[in-house]
Amino acid sequence: MTTTTDLPSAEPAAPPPLGAVGFARWCWRQLTSMRVALILLFLLAIAAIPGSVLPQRGTDPIRVNDWIEGNPTWGPILDRLGFFDVYAAPWFAAIYLLLFVSVIGCVLPRTRLHWRALRSAPPAAPRRLDRMPEHRTWESSASADDVLDRAYADLKARRWRVARGDGWVAGERGYWRETGNLLFHAALIALLVAIGYGALFGWRGNVIVREGSGFSDTLTQYDAWGGGRLVDPASLPPFAFTLEDFRVDFERGEAQRGAPRLFKADLTLWPAPGAPAEPVVVRVNEPLSVDGAKVFLVGHGYAPTLRLTDALGRVVHNEGVVFLPQDGNLTSTGVLKAPDATPSIGIEGLFLPTAAVDDVRGPHSTFPEADDPAVFLSAWAGDLGLDSGVPQSIYALDTEGMTQLGIEALRPGETWQMPGGNGTVEFVGLTRWASFQIAHDPGKEPALAAAIVALVGLMMSLFIQRRRVWVRASSSGSGTTVVTVAGLARSDEADLAPGVDAVVDALDEGRGTA
Amino acid sequence: MTSASLAEWSNLAVYSSMLVLIAALICFAVSFAARGQRVMTTQRVPVGAGAPMEQTTATVSDPRGPGARAGNVAMALTWLATGLLLLGLVLRGLWAGRVPWGNMYEFSLAWTFGILAVFLVVSTRRDIRWLGLPVVFLALLSLGLAVTVLYTEAAQLVPALKSWWLVIHVASAIICGGAFTVAAAISVLYLWRDRAERKGNVTGIVASLPDAARLDTLSYRILAFAFPLWTFAVISGAIWAENAWGRYWGWDPKETWAFITWVIYAGYLHARSTAGWRGRRAAYISLLGFVSFLINYFGVNIFVNSLHSYAGL
Repeated sequence: MTTTTDLPSAEPAAPPPLGAVGFARWCWRQLTSMRVALILLFLLAIAAIPGSVLPQRGTDPIRVNDWIEGNPTWGPILDRLGFFDVYAAPWFAAIYLLLFVSVIGCVLPRTRLHWRALRSAPPAAPRRLDRMPEHRTWESSASADDVLDRAYADLKARRWRVARGDGWVAGERGYWRETGNLLFHAALIALLVAIGYGALFGWRGNVIVREGSGFSDTLTQYDAWGGGRLVDPASLPPFAFTLEDFRVDFERGEAQRGAPRLFKADLTLWPAPGAPAEPVVVRVNEPLSVDGAKVFLVGHGYAPTLRLTDALGRVVHNEGVVFLPQDGNLTSTGVLKAPDATPSIGIEGLFLPTAAVDDVRGPHSTFPEADDPAVFLSAWAGDLGLDSGVPQSIYALDTEGMTQLGIEALRPGETWQMPGGNGTVEFVGLTRWASFQIAHDPGKEPALAAAIVALVGLMMSLFIQRRRVWVRASSSGSGTTVVTVAGLARSDEADLAPGVDAVVDALDEGRGTA
Repeated sequence: MTSASLAEWSNLAVYSSMLVLIAALICFAVSFAARGQRVMTTQRVPVGAGAPMEQTTATVSDPRGPGARAGNVAMALTWLATGLLLLGLVLRGLWAGRVPWGNMYEFSLAWTFGILAVFLVVSTRRDIRWLGLPVVFLALLSLGLAVTVLYTEAAQLVPALKSWWLVIHVASAIICGGAFTVAAAISVLYLWRDRAERKGNVTGIVASLPDAARLDTLSYRILAFAFPLWTFAVISGAIWAENAWGRYWGWDPKETWAFITWVIYAGYLHARSTAGWRGRRAAYISLLGFVSFLINYFGVNIFVNSLHSYAGL
C-alpha cells in the first residue's frame, strides 16, 4: 500500500452521513482507509505480545494450570478472556480478520485502477516541464519532429511505455511495482486461507515409544492427538513402525556439559499393512515422510525395566516403565501401577542416570548419560482408583486411599523385598524411549507457495521504480529547436536523474549547449 | 595450530577489533565536532535548485580540513576493525567446526559484524561519516556485552541446530539485525535534526548532520532492503521449524516477536506513504521495530522459556 496517497482512502474522516446505506458506506470507507489499516496492524502487534509472556495452552498446558492456581484472582479472569490461548482467541481473530477485510477493500479498487492504467497510454506532457523535479533544457539544430522521433524510438527501445502527441513524447515505466504490491497483498490473503485450510484438514499426534516396542497409526495408540474439524480420525494413514534402537550422545567436555550432541532413532517401518518392512532412520531435522504424514523425533528419556512380583509370587509386571525427564540431566519421574497384583501396588519412582545425593537437592542426576543409574522407589498398596471412572494420568499416582509400604533405592540388578511381605521389585535394566510427533498438514505447501509469492511481490514493490519522462520540442523561431526533458517519480524515493540523463544521452547532439 | 590456540587467536582478534573501534570512535568524534563548526558557514551558500541532494553535503565538508582528515582515518580504522572481527568469527568457526553463530556470544559477534558491514557498504555509495560515531558506539556496546556477559566457550551444536537452515536462516537474521541497527541510529539522528529544523535553530553539532529529508530517505532505503530480507528470514525459519519440530508456525516466543517485528516494520513502510504519518511518526515506528528486534534477541533468549533458547549461558 505504498502508493495509495492519491486514493480516496487517504481523505480525512468525515462525519457519518445519515441513513443505513450511507452509514454502511462510511464504515467501509473507514475500514479500508490506510489510517485504520495502520491502527489494526499495531493492534495485531500488541495483541500478539501476551502470548509470548503468559504460558499458552497449545504449547504448555501444565504451566497454564500452575499459573492460574498461583494467581487465584487474575488467573480465571485472564483465562476467560482467552489470554492463555491468545492466538485462538476471538479478539485476536477479530483483529486479523478486520485487517484482511481492510486489505481486500484496499486492494480490489487498486487492482481495478492498475488494470486501467496498464491498458492506457502515459498521460500527456504537462505544459511547463521546467516545474518538474528533474529537467534539462537545451537548443538543438535538429527539427522538432526529428528530436521527438528519436526520443520516441529510444524510449521504445528501452522498453518504456510511450505516447506521442503534438510537440511531446511521454514515457512511463515501472508498472511492475504496483503489480508486485498487489501480488504481495493478495498472497498474504492466500497465506491466511492456506493456514485455515491446514487447520481444518490437518492433524497432529504425539506418542512415546519404548525401544523394542511398536506403534501403528490409529487414534487409540496416541498419547495425545488433535485434528481439524474436517478430519476423519478413523482414516489415518495405516502405517506402523517399531523403535529398534535409540542412540543419544551428550557433551562430555566442560563447555555446555550435558548438552545433547546426537539423537538417532532406528525404526523398522511398514508403510502400509502387508507391505515389506524397511529399516529407516529418524533424526532431529530429518523427519520421516510416510503416506502423507511426517514423523518427527521430538523427545527422549529412560524406561527402567522393573520386574514386580506380588505377595502371591506372581510376576505382574516385567517391562520398561516410561520415566519423564524433569531437568537437563534427565532426573526423571515415573509411575508403575499394578492393579492386578495382590494387593494392588502403585510405585512412584525417581530415576537418575548418573545418581548423586546431597542435602540441598536430595537425589538428583549430574549427567544425562546412564553412567551410574539408580532408581528411588516409593511403594504404595491399596486402591489405585482405576475403577472410579475418573480419567487418570499414567504418570501420576493418586495415593489417597493407599498406604505407603516404604522407600528404597536400587541399582541395576538389585531387588527390593517390600515390607510386610507385599512382594518384590527388581531393577532389571535400562531401555530408552523416544517420543514422536506425527503430523499431517495439507496447508503447508500452499502456505509456502503463498509466502514465496508474497516475498517476490514485496521485492518488486520496493525495488522497482515507477517513473515518467516527457520530452517537449518546439521551434524557437530562430532556426533552432528548444528541447526539454523532464522526469517525475510516481513512487517513493525513485532516482530520477539516470532516467532523464539516458534520454538526454540518446538525443546527444544537444549536449554541451544545455 | 591446535584448536585451543585457534580459540585464543579468535579472542585476540575480537579484542584487537574492539581496540581499533575505540580509536575509530575517537576519530569520528573529532571529525563530528570539527564538521559541526565548518558547516555553519558553508550552509548559507545557495545550492542550485535542480541539483541532486547528494551534492549538497558533498560541498559541505572540506576534504583537506582537520575534521575530514579525522573522518577518513576513522573510516579506515572501521574497515580494519571490521576485518579483525571477521577474522575472529572465521577462527571461531574453524575452532568449533561449524558456522560461528551457535550461541549468543557468537551471534553477538556476528550481529556486530552485520552492523559494521551495513555501515561500510552504504559508505561506499555515499558520504556517511556523520553516522560513524553512533554506529561504532553501538558496535562497541554490543561487542562489550558479548565479551563480558555473553562469553561462552565454543562447543558442538545441539542436534536441533544441525541443519543447513542454521546457515541461511541465521545469516539473514544477522544482516537484518545490522540493517535495523543502522536504520535506528539514523532515525534517532533524524528526530534530532528534524526538531532543530522545526525550531529553525540548526546550529552546533546538529548542523553537521545532513538535512532531515535526507536522513529520512536513507533510513527508508536501508529498511526497504532489510524488510524483504527479514521476511525471508521468517519464511526460512518456518521451513526449518517444520522440519525440526513438525510445525511451521507454533507461536513460540521467538516466532511471536519475529512476527511482531515484521508487523511493526510493515507498519513503518505503510506509514511512510500515509498522510499525517510521514516523518516523525514513521521514525518513531521504525524505532519501535528496533526495540521489538532487541526484545526478540535479548529478552526471549535470556528471560523466556523458548524453543530458541540456545544462549549457552
